[in-house]
Amino acid sequence: MKNSSRTSSLIQHFKREWQIYLLLAPLVIWFLLFLYKPMYGLQIAFKDFSLFKGVDASPWVGLEHFRTLFDSDMFIRAIKNTFIISFLNLLIGFPTPIILALMFNEIAQGKFRKSLQTIVYLPHFISLVIIAGIVINIFSPSTGVVNLLLQKLGFEPIYFLTQPEWFRPIFIGSGIWQEAGFQSIVYLAAIAGVSPSLYESAVVDGASRWQMMWKITLPCILPTIIIMLIIRIGNLLEVGFELIILLYQPSTFQTADVINTFIYRQGLVGNQYDVAAAAGLFNAVVAFVLVMAANTISRRLTRTSLW
Amino acid sequence: MQNMNLYSRGDKLFVRINIFLLTLFALSTLYPFIYIAAVSFSSGSAVTAGDVIYRPIDLTLAAYKYVWNESQFWVSYMNTFIYTVFGTIVSLLIIIPGAYALSRPQLIGRRFFNLFVAFTLWFNAGLIPFFLNMRDLGLLDSYFGIIIGFACNAFNVILLRNFFEGIPQSFEEAARMDGANDFQVLWKVYIPLSKPAIATVALFCIVSRWNGFFWAMILLRDEGKIPLQVFLRQTIVSLTSDEEFGSTLLEAAYSYETVTAAIIVASIIPVLFIYPFLQKYFNKGILLGGVKE
Repeated sequence: MKNSSRTSSLIQHFKREWQIYLLLAPLVIWFLLFLYKPMYGLQIAFKDFSLFKGVDASPWVGLEHFRTLFDSDMFIRAIKNTFIISFLNLLIGFPTPIILALMFNEIAQGKFRKSLQTIVYLPHFISLVIIAGIVINIFSPSTGVVNLLLQKLGFEPIYFLTQPEWFRPIFIGSGIWQEAGFQSIVYLAAIAGVSPSLYESAVVDGASRWQMMWKITLPCILPTIIIMLIIRIGNLLEVGFELIILLYQPSTFQTADVINTFIYRQGLVGNQYDVAAAAGLFNAVVAFVLVMAANTISRRLTRTSLW
Repeated sequence: MQNMNLYSRGDKLFVRINIFLLTLFALSTLYPFIYIAAVSFSSGSAVTAGDVIYRPIDLTLAAYKYVWNESQFWVSYMNTFIYTVFGTIVSLLIIIPGAYALSRPQLIGRRFFNLFVAFTLWFNAGLIPFFLNMRDLGLLDSYFGIIIGFACNAFNVILLRNFFEGIPQSFEEAARMDGANDFQVLWKVYIPLSKPAIATVALFCIVSRWNGFFWAMILLRDEGKIPLQVFLRQTIVSLTSDEEFGSTLLEAAYSYETVTAAIIVASIIPVLFIYPFLQKYFNKGILLGGVKE
């Protein structure tokens, strides 16, 4: 009896609220079709996949593709490069927007500050192809400004984009150039939330602006900094591989080739879908573990967590 | 910050150095754009000779004329408009109703559905399964594939859902009293109250559509369907390797550098047009709302 009354109340519920489910349906279908169905397709990482047979009919091969990957110097190099590039990115790219926000905060609100901000936010909205085009132009060995400057100073021109040792500085530098300004918005918003009374009493105590920045502003925005750090660590493996594809070339693979560019070349250019999918699965699992770990650590340490 | 008049001498120096450094940073952000614009208006020979630093040398529209007469440029520009307009409309048609439903307390399985969306932020099948899935769905080399395949993402859904959740129940009560159903509540109460959040999501969609290149490059074979960014990339790649282009151009007033620069300028201009709207909307609450959870 109890069961049927629950069923009938459920029917009642759907009769009354069916519109919500109808509104939700396109979203759920989209996520199933374009994000969850590919997860089902990930099984080809364990199969000898052929396009002709399809995902289901291709035979299982166990961990063979993973063995191939971990025996391949190129994949090991890609893992190494991914971690080196993302670590450098974290080290240099993470503090820069915080410093920028603190510096902006020291300028009075007004036209001047606003126009500076307008300028530094802009590159975020520019496409990577254009960023790459600009980088290629500016670092061009014959006509680029950087080399013109070097030549005026009496140095030989440098073929920046063909030399492995220059790839990482240029890639990380252009990332900071593009994103640091925009990322500072989040910190500026946090700074705007700091209670003015804290500054007022500090001024009464004779604190300098430098002291106020270190002793009031920075501690007050620490929770935001931690949230952003967690997000950043969670996305550690997401080095902007699209920009790498646009900027690297065989002569710089040695320092530039990361997991996702490796997957792109193996899978989408070389049609070795199963091995590339295995590399992708490895990437996704490590990324997942990183997000979870970062969040657990943050919850323990500070009670600031993302979910 | 308040109390701007309460500067000690040390503070004054601090403020000056600060302004100087920030101005330097802003100028170095701006410089590449100025340089590219200068190159696009210069003659090919001036660029090759290394004379262009920050302003056009031998002012000429030759590069723009070359681009203007390149039919593929117009085809791609048109395609980018199609992808941007229809892509953004489809995105909003999926995201707005979905986010509204997810914000409703009476939705059975609300926790499940929210996790269903958020999980995709943490785990992603990656490039290959996504590509093969598009292939299985018959969405390779099609306008529809590009428009529908990238219509949605968890970030935008969560951003809008959080905004909807922040709207007090009292706003819809009056409408409910008048017998409004969910469609009407969404249309007449939530959407008008959420204009800034919806505008933010729409602008994110517009910008990512306008700039998107990677999947368009992978999924589209037909030159007639490629967007501007893929065309720009092809131009950069093909002109670098095309010796002939360089040599025939030595006498011409344009060169590889000036032509790419002109395409770059042409594709940045629409972004500059919507930039003031973008700026209006990326204020604190909205962005942070998306970041949290």
